[in-house]
Amino acid sequence: MDERRIRVLVAKPGLDGHDRGAKVVARALRDAGMEVIYTGLRQTPEMVAEAALQEDVDVVGLSILSGAHMALVPRILELLKANGQEHVRVFIGGIIPDEDVPKLTELGVVGIYGPGTLTDHIVNDVQQAVYG
Amino acid sequence: MMCSKRYMVSHTPDTSLSHSKRLANSVLAGERLALARLLSQIENDSPIGRQALGELFPSTGSAYLIGITGAPGTGKSTLVNRLAHYYRHPPSDEEPYQVAIVAVDPSSPFSGGAILGDRVRMRDLAGDPGVFIRSMASRGSLGGLAHATGRVVQVFDAAGFEIILIETMGAGQAEVDVASLAHTTIVVEAPGFGDDIQAVKAGILEIADILVINKADRPGVENTERALNMMLQLAHPTERVFRHHGRDEMFAEPVSPNLDEVPWTPPVLKTIATEGRGIPDVIAAIADHRAYLQKTGAREYSDRIRLQAELDSLLQDNLVARWRTSVSKRKYQQVLDLIVQRELSPHQAVDVLLDGSQLHEILRSDSFAADGEEQ
Repeated sequence: MDERRIRVLVAKPGLDGHDRGAKVVARALRDAGMEVIYTGLRQTPEMVAEAALQEDVDVVGLSILSGAHMALVPRILELLKANGQEHVRVFIGGIIPDEDVPKLTELGVVGIYGPGTLTDHIVNDVQQAVYG
Repeated sequence: MMCSKRYMVSHTPDTSLSHSKRLANSVLAGERLALARLLSQIENDSPIGRQALGELFPSTGSAYLIGITGAPGTGKSTLVNRLAHYYRHPPSDEEPYQVAIVAVDPSSPFSGGAILGDRVRMRDLAGDPGVFIRSMASRGSLGGLAHATGRVVQVFDAAGFEIILIETMGAGQAEVDVASLAHTTIVVEAPGFGDDIQAVKAGILEIADILVINKADRPGVENTERALNMMLQLAHPTERVFRHHGRDEMFAEPVSPNLDEVPWTPPVLKTIATEGRGIPDVIAAIADHRAYLQKTGAREYSDRIRLQAELDSLLQDNLVARWRTSVSKRKYQQVLDLIVQRELSPHQAVDVLLDGSQLHEILRSDSFAADGEEQ
């Protein structure tokens, strides 16, 4: 009956075509009991924000390998806010150079994960971010 | 489970009442965030969700519900994508419809988590304010839908969506719940799934108002078509009154639709959904079926059956919940222990727990009976 589950949108904005990492993370979140909405490749920021709204997610996970994160992420955060979803926690996985990490954190990104991150670590962070 | 912070507000009854009313009003006013939030409340079966649905219920009943079911991998999501696209972009002389999509995927029986991947095939619909897609996890329900799918559909209905496409999780032979929810049920097949005997078995093919063979460019399409047509010829054109399977109806209604009309025969249509081929035929068949339901009065009738099923299932849930508060956990565990030790049959246990039959009486009369047999 009264059952609440963490809902996560896993999206790949931008043009790179590798979604293996996104799928591994989606699977790990699923195995931790979360409901993961997977949207597939080549999403525009508008598509990501729209899906986050319709699905009423608690968390958005973005996988970006293309180097376009400084263009895509601020735009997505802006759209989430414009839709009234400023409470949604945003995580990023992929290839993010060290010097961009503080800038993204400043913008409100909760966690940034590079290659080699343990999935348990991500699962913990997501649970922490939602349940506090 | 722990609660996330933003749900915590809902537990104070005073604010929740006004909150639910505000939520319902925002949904009626077309606010998409409010709609999305309410759908979560409904899925979680929260008090706010129930109250808001109560506010919205008088506004339901005008949407047309189309169910799409079939085995995993037959192309349901791609077909749903195309149908929705067509309803949004009809031939020039027609008005586009407001379209909602409810797509159900299975929850893991172990972790309770789920990967909901139906949106992957629906990217053509992105950016269209006349479309709203919601993914649902089955959360342990076995009939192809989630327990809350019917109520989620009611919210979309009240919010003014005229066409609601309901995609089941990949269904096998017995996941037939969608047929008691939808007005028109489409069963999607693909070439190469089983032989003719599969087609005459009871279950999923029986519930089809329209049969679609998708991936019709694949080899074996003629065989599939032949098997389905044979199945339809063998079938007696019976009037299909939907019974909620397996359960006793509490009060059967003797009302039935107008039987003077010729029974509906499901058309067998071929599509290649990835290329959009055959879609106008499916749309036309849905329109035919809708007209047929209108003419025979079957739409009102199935509405009644559907709401009865919902009432009965809510009654059952609530009776169980109410009963639970009346029995101590200790007594329940004791009785369960006796079942495990084979001293009490499950039926006898129900008598003890429900009618308040005394445990020692049942045990004594049982041992007498056993003694009697031995002598």
